[in-house]
Amino acid sequence: MKGFILSFRSEFYKTRKTLGFWGSIILPLAITLLAFVAIYTKSDKFVNMQPMMLWVQFSMISLGSMGTLLLPIYTIFVAYSVNNVEHKADTWKTLFSLPISRWTVYGAKYFYAFFLLFICMALFTLLNIGFGNLLGVLKPELKFNEYHMEKELAQVFFKLLLSALGILSIQFLFSLLWADFLKPMGLGFVATVVGVILATNGWVYAYLFPYSHPMAAMKSMIKEQHGPASHLDIDIFTKDVYVSLIVAAVVFVAGYFIVRKRSIK
Amino acid sequence: MVIQTEGLSFSFGSQAVVKSISLEVPEGSIYGFLGPNGAGKTTTIKMLLNLLNPSAGSIRIFDMDLQSNRISILKQIGSLIEQPAIYHHLTGRENLLNRAMLLQVSEQRVDEMLNLVQLTAAAGKKAGNYSLGMKQRLGIALALLNDPKLLILDEPTNGLDPNGIIEIRELMMRIVKEGKTVFVSSHLLSEVEKMATHVGIINHGKMMFQGTISELQNINQPQIYIETSSSVDAANLLKRHHIAIGEIEEDHLLVPFTSKQQIGDINNLLVQNGITVFGINKQHKDLEKLFLDITKSN
Repeated sequence: MKGFILSFRSEFYKTRKTLGFWGSIILPLAITLLAFVAIYTKSDKFVNMQPMMLWVQFSMISLGSMGTLLLPIYTIFVAYSVNNVEHKADTWKTLFSLPISRWTVYGAKYFYAFFLLFICMALFTLLNIGFGNLLGVLKPELKFNEYHMEKELAQVFFKLLLSALGILSIQFLFSLLWADFLKPMGLGFVATVVGVILATNGWVYAYLFPYSHPMAAMKSMIKEQHGPASHLDIDIFTKDVYVSLIVAAVVFVAGYFIVRKRSIK
Repeated sequence: MVIQTEGLSFSFGSQAVVKSISLEVPEGSIYGFLGPNGAGKTTTIKMLLNLLNPSAGSIRIFDMDLQSNRISILKQIGSLIEQPAIYHHLTGRENLLNRAMLLQVSEQRVDEMLNLVQLTAAAGKKAGNYSLGMKQRLGIALALLNDPKLLILDEPTNGLDPNGIIEIRELMMRIVKEGKTVFVSSHLLSEVEKMATHVGIINHGKMMFQGTISELQNINQPQIYIETSSSVDAANLLKRHHIAIGEIEEDHLLVPFTSKQQIGDINNLLVQNGITVFGINKQHKDLEKLFLDITKSN
């Protein structure tokens, strides 16, 4: 456990000045700020909106952009950036000759990539809640303070986080195996486009394709309700999320053995 | 023995890269691991660091089996393999601090290492902007950070200017004085012969020679250097008298030395047959030549 914590801290130390790390802060900040500015400047258009719908409208700017393309692309980028630090510096041989178990080194790196995604999603949640409430204060005519959906927002972003883990494991392995930018990013991008098309067209087996999961997660997030909706009921553990978790676990474990089997360059 | 391997072999697919090598590296030695490029040196080193798994054979380091004592052995090893592994976006000091964090070494040790490799002044500069020599020195500082008992350096002087080579050589000699062992690979004997106590010569994955520097000198057979008016005529004449010729050049020839008397006999024979002898003397091949002969004989 000590080795894991040391390796994890080292990952932070190494990447704290890279775009991979700052991306997890800048991305949610930029999108939620954009949403805030959009609603603030066009507030007259939203004055008559119900508080719940107002929150939905506001948060859908983040959720919509993340759920479609941004989350898979950002996940691909995170997986690439944490491994690229080592490819660029030619440090795999040093990392694997440290007196720390190889599982620990590999695991800490993967969990650091997960941590960056987590930070990104947590910030999306916090910033949506923060900016929503700020809008309520700055524009009291918008009835943001008459409805609260902190829990639901946290649930939705948590669901999105889980739905991206399958992609994370696959891309993490690709980025470990290939030092160049184009192969993992190119493959990931093509797979994402295919995934979005499959999920949008409602292909019945889209839930089995990891790159469809963020989109599928968005589509399956609201529990079916009867009667008029007075609140949102979020369904986190849908079948696409389960598949994402299974793919993540299997590829994570298999990835270690694939990397172990391959010679350290 | 600090390093002891038996029948160590490695293959990339069907291509055997290292063939049954038995290394013996004594404690407190500077062991020069020599061989031309592509001889299998780096592959052997990667096996010693458990980065590659041998196809056959065993590795014992500090009298412990490497496979079953990986972590406790690696704790006592510092290594620099090929180009130094340095994060270019971090400063020299940050590179050391990052490794110090992983090895749980104090910040004070980081500053000591910077001082040792004379990088204190450049410690705050991004490592990507370092010269090749500075990167190499930073690589050595990283390898020495955990105060290792065994230092494994793969071609540490690659790309360095003569001053840099001398600095690294002096550094290694200082380290050995502290009771540590240095295992250093090179493709040039001249680079290590001034400091190595032991030498292993590898070519095409096979160990061609292993022993002390003086043992290497001992297999270096003396020769008679003969400079005459005509090397070809002299060589033909000696051959007719059943004297083996080692080497013929335009201006001289070499004959294996057997005794002092033989030098006199050859001199008489040449003079009596009308060949002018400008010079004749006993000499040793230099070690570099010997190294080339050993690696060529495979």
